Amino acid sequence: MTNNRIDSLFAQKKGLLSIYFTAGYPKLDDTMTVLTALQESGVDMVEIGMPFSDPLADGPVIQLASLNALNNGITIKKLFEQIKDMRKTITMPVILMGYINPVMHYGIEKFMADCQKVGVDGVIIPDLPFDEYIEHYKDMMDSYGIHYVPMIAPQSSDERIRYIDSKSAGFIYMVASAGITGNIKASLDTRTQYYQRIKALGLKNKAMIGFGIKDKASYEHACQNADGAIIGTAYIKNLTENGIAATKQFVSAIR
Amino acid sequence: MSKYSVNSNGYYGRFGGQFVPEMLYPNVDNLKKVYQEILNSESFQKEYKQLLKEYVGRPTPLTYAKRMSAAYGTNIFLKREDCAHTGAHKINNAIGQILIAKQMGKTRIIAETGAGQHGVATATVCALVGMKCAVYMGEVDIQRQAPNVARMKMLGAEVIPAMTGNRTLKDATNEALRDWISNPEDTFYIIGSVVGPHPYPDMVAKLQSIISEETKWQFREQTGKDLPDYVMACIGGGSNAAGSFYNFLDDESVKLVAIEAAGLGLDTPDTAASIARGTEGIIHGSRTMLMQTDDGQIIEPYSISAGLDYPGVGPLHSFLAESGRATVLAATDQEALDAAFELTRLEGIIPALESAHALAGLKKIDFKSTDNVVVTVSGRGDKDMATYMDRFKL
Repeated sequence: MTNNRIDSLFAQKKGLLSIYFTAGYPKLDDTMTVLTALQESGVDMVEIGMPFSDPLADGPVIQLASLNALNNGITIKKLFEQIKDMRKTITMPVILMGYINPVMHYGIEKFMADCQKVGVDGVIIPDLPFDEYIEHYKDMMDSYGIHYVPMIAPQSSDERIRYIDSKSAGFIYMVASAGITGNIKASLDTRTQYYQRIKALGLKNKAMIGFGIKDKASYEHACQNADGAIIGTAYIKNLTENGIAATKQFVSAIR
Repeated sequence: MSKYSVNSNGYYGRFGGQFVPEMLYPNVDNLKKVYQEILNSESFQKEYKQLLKEYVGRPTPLTYAKRMSAAYGTNIFLKREDCAHTGAHKINNAIGQILIAKQMGKTRIIAETGAGQHGVATATVCALVGMKCAVYMGEVDIQRQAPNVARMKMLGAEVIPAMTGNRTLKDATNEALRDWISNPEDTFYIIGSVVGPHPYPDMVAKLQSIISEETKWQFREQTGKDLPDYVMACIGGGSNAAGSFYNFLDDESVKLVAIEAAGLGLDTPDTAASIARGTEGIIHGSRTMLMQTDDGQIIEPYSISAGLDYPGVGPLHSFLAESGRATVLAATDQEALDAAFELTRLEGIIPALESAHALAGLKKIDFKSTDNVVVTVSGRGDKDMATYMDRFKL
């Protein structure tokens, strides 16, 4: 398999910060501008959200950004056009995140081939179940050098987490607590217990914590318990309220 | 095992599955592991059947429609789900699922509703067993269906407006799923149709199969004949159709006919005919026929009937249509209205607008005078009186 930027990053660094943003938002042609601003602000990795009309795992902030982006005219095809030359300037790992229906409609194999072509390193597809991925898509994705980033949640059993870990590469996306993006209710104590349970499993893969990470404190707490953290909703909020130019300020307030 | 049964991975042919985020996986997987055992247990069957009899008022009648039969030159029987408690077949499923929820030790119930029939059925069974109940309903539907909203509130349910998307059934379902993701421990999600991730389509079909179980013996008792020639039902998500067909699936001589909502017409964008006009996709956890754009974004469907305007359809029905086991027709708003009026005047039964689509299917088939045709009247028309008053100038 080709050397994936995700693997190189995790081999070099800890306390990683990954930021999620929605493609085609705030304006249709902002995708590359936001991506560039995030790299210049020093984030380690990005997830570009591919908007879907019915994003089940997302709270109101990302739902609204998705809806606006769709109204702006974003499609998967358009996104690939926007990022086709990104590797001329973007050196950090790039992950595409979205729901299965639009990806399936685009054609899963074509999607993976295009990911490889433009230099995408991994995909997060929350509603493509792990078992479905293993059975139908793993070999194909491996052949294009694309990591499928699996999610685990506090309700996932040890057995299930070990199974997911054993079949995965890249990193595992630890959902911080039961909930949708931007709306996490669990206390820090409850989360710590869950993080410690995962630590005790001694997984082979690196792990990033996401959902409910919104500021310096939650970022640092996540970094104490995993290899890094993913921020989505809080950044989208900042983007909506303060624009792309405020990216640097947002990132430096976190670390 | 029928060839129309779901397989162990939750598929009917290539339709179905369990496309849920990992956060829901433990819940859905747990339900998958226990539902068959609970459904087959003696204690469940005893309590379920007793409630259906003594609380819901089953068996519902199979009515020979004499004047309709004369008008159509054939023999028409009506399976009268309109006579069930709360006014529609939805209660059969709600009773079954609340018993399963209790058995699993859950203490809080959530549900989605479009027209409010499933919401009312769920609120009813929650009142019956004394469980907390939250019903998600699109904000637009809340405005349109005030009487059902009031019924749910009187029954003690919290009605939570879904403020996302077009604020109708699809969005209410999204919100209910988000609630379930956020409350995985204590909450049971009572889905109202044969949709959603496995095992819901199969579980709901089994809980609604009482419809065809009764039809079968009632038909024999009344006619002395073994089987009807046709069984017809309307189809949105497809729960009453699944229940009406279930015990006839392996009787290949029985023609199964599902009638979708064509809305303003199949050749217009204002339609809810997912099988006729949809393409294969994934919605709310299962792969099925779906109204969507070329980019895989889900399209808000349209029908005069709030119970049929769902963008997808149960995976069982996608499979039955593709395999040719069921014939799928579509009826427009106007055809459904005409059929509702006709049934009312010929038989003294005011059907729900959903059921009126099934009746509208009668005009689309060339029956023989010797044919025996069963049409499921899935619900009564009380909830649709505002529409009828408007359209018929009553």
